[in-house]
Amino acid sequence: MSDNEIRDAIAEAIAGNEVILFMKGTPDRPACGFSARTVAMLEALETPFAAVDILPDPRIRQELSALSSWPTIPQLFHKGELLGGCDIVSEMYESGELAETLGVQPPPDAPEDAPAGADPAPTPLGIENRLS
Amino acid sequence: MPSASEVKTRIEAAIPGAQADVETVDEVHFSASVRATAFDGLSRVAQHRLVMDVFGDELGGSIHALALKTEVP
Repeated sequence: MSDNEIRDAIAEAIAGNEVILFMKGTPDRPACGFSARTVAMLEALETPFAAVDILPDPRIRQELSALSSWPTIPQLFHKGELLGGCDIVSEMYESGELAETLGVQPPPDAPEDAPAGADPAPTPLGIENRLS
Repeated sequence: MPSASEVKTRIEAAIPGAQADVETVDEVHFSASVRATAFDGLSRVAQHRLVMDVFGDELGGSIHALALKTEVP
């Protein structure tokens, strides 16, 4: 496979998978802590994703980074766009933005958006009140 | 091997108005928190690219890892 063919194959994989992660190792056997953390966040969101191990051929990483202008691994793509590496994905996960972007439910342990300027109401508005 | 203060200086010199806090335990893995007005209006990916571009090929070479957090002041 020539370098150009590798780059085309990468571009096709990005275009053909709504969520795709380029990582070191595989989701079952990640070979790097940053890749492992990114996989763990995607799995916590129970979102299906494609994964590509960049380790078998150094040209995969070379061509991927040339394509994405992003030097490090992992790289998470959604609908053809680079969402980021482990740092950005972590920030987005913690803020709930990742779940929102991917269109999935946030996991139970993720912080929920606090209502803006919520006063400590003595009695929360119950469902009965809203229906009456 | 760059020191934390060298990494900080280079980020601040390259990005107008940037303020960087850089930490490292081994001078190979770095963690940087960068605030810059130049980030205004950019996506996180574009903000990180601005910082990573300062180091080019050194990332993955003499700088094994650069953990980044960017914000607009």
